[in-house]
Amino acid sequence: MKFKNKILSIFFVVIIGTLSLFITSCGGDKTPDNQLDDSLNISDEFNKAKQVIYGIPSPIETAMLMKRAGAKYNQDYLNPLSNLGNYTTTKSMALNLGVYSADLSFASMFDQSQASIKYLSATKKLADDLGILNAIDKSIITRMENNINNRDSVMEIISETFMNSNSFLKENDRGEIAAIILTGGWLEGLYIGTQIVKNTAQNKELMERIADQRLSLNTLISLLNEYKNDPNVQSILPDMERLKKVFDKIQTSSSRMEVIEKDGKNIITSTSEIKFTPEVFEELATVVTEIRSNIIK
Amino acid sequence: MKKIFVSFIILIMAVAVSNVASAQCKNFAKKICKLELLPYVHDGIYNATVLSEGETAELYKTFYAGQEYRVTVCGDENLPPIQFQVLDAERNVLYDNKKYNYAKSWDFKLQSSKQLIISIQVQTSDELHDQILSGCVAVLVGFMNIENTFNQNK
Repeated sequence: MKFKNKILSIFFVVIIGTLSLFITSCGGDKTPDNQLDDSLNISDEFNKAKQVIYGIPSPIETAMLMKRAGAKYNQDYLNPLSNLGNYTTTKSMALNLGVYSADLSFASMFDQSQASIKYLSATKKLADDLGILNAIDKSIITRMENNINNRDSVMEIISETFMNSNSFLKENDRGEIAAIILTGGWLEGLYIGTQIVKNTAQNKELMERIADQRLSLNTLISLLNEYKNDPNVQSILPDMERLKKVFDKIQTSSSRMEVIEKDGKNIITSTSEIKFTPEVFEELATVVTEIRSNIIK
Repeated sequence: MKKIFVSFIILIMAVAVSNVASAQCKNFAKKICKLELLPYVHDGIYNATVLSEGETAELYKTFYAGQEYRVTVCGDENLPPIQFQVLDAERNVLYDNKKYNYAKSWDFKLQSSKQLIISIQVQTSDELHDQILSGCVAVLVGFMNIENTFNQNK
């Protein structure tokens, strides 16, 4: 009987150890403040009837928008791969995982096969360093190499790696890292867009897509505010608010939306006017460049 | 001692089950719901959550002019039908899948870029159950590859 109890005690200790390890690993780095917040969040979950999800444009969507608007590829706009070794903090790794994901999407959208594979490898390294398990494994890189000339397959692979990363982070209670990655990707898309406009002939559609980013920025700020107690998020928010002040100088007006069917397609109609002066564009391009320089250095 | 041991085993099983549910939600979104997006390219953003009957969730997202989008909302097969509405910023209803037999997807494009709200509600079941039904619900957004798209000025 004594022996049986001893065995049970040992088993009990092992179970407690395993369980506490398991719970710690799921929670990540928790300060006492975070634990308090979690309990509030849990009670919020019970009280609120509605869950809100903020949808930020993914790097692949932004790259598609730029290509559609007539953008041309230029490798000089991308974050050089030689910077990869500089990213050692969680914040810099997450932001630049977003930046390199945007560069990867941009290169792939313009059929830059060698650049695409190199940028995929860079995103793999940062995802690994951030502990995002199996987001980009060796088989994905092989699939990318084997399908490099098929843009549909390449886009599918990039979409899959992005989904692997953000689902892993959200399900492991690391939503703030997913938000920071999206911030980096969104900002890089905006930077590339402004550089293209600055260095090529006037492109009205691309200018409009850049002005449209004011809408996504509002959503991005709402998303970041969900994690405003996180020090990394706290340090990013002022830059986003600074950008918002510039975007707020763009004057817009629009009519009520209606849905019509044309040629079997649903079209949400509404006219909108955007007053985006060259001065405001210059200010925006300057601020974006400054913020991005601090991120990629 | 035995009671404590059994309690801990139950606790471990509960943690494991919740983790499995989470992984199942991810797999459901990736392997089942994502197929509904085809031939649209998934934007790569994972929006899935566990909802119970009667519960709602809302996705706020900017949709861009000229781009063709497909929004797909799907839920576990044990859940009652899922209603989804597309609303403008003033919450005017632009689309309601309830009028289309709870269709899983809606394809559209916009003349000018707008922030839209995708509002999702799990309907309440007509059948009597011992407990409230709950399960994974995913909302995925896809866009048409540029080569396959139609001319927006048509």
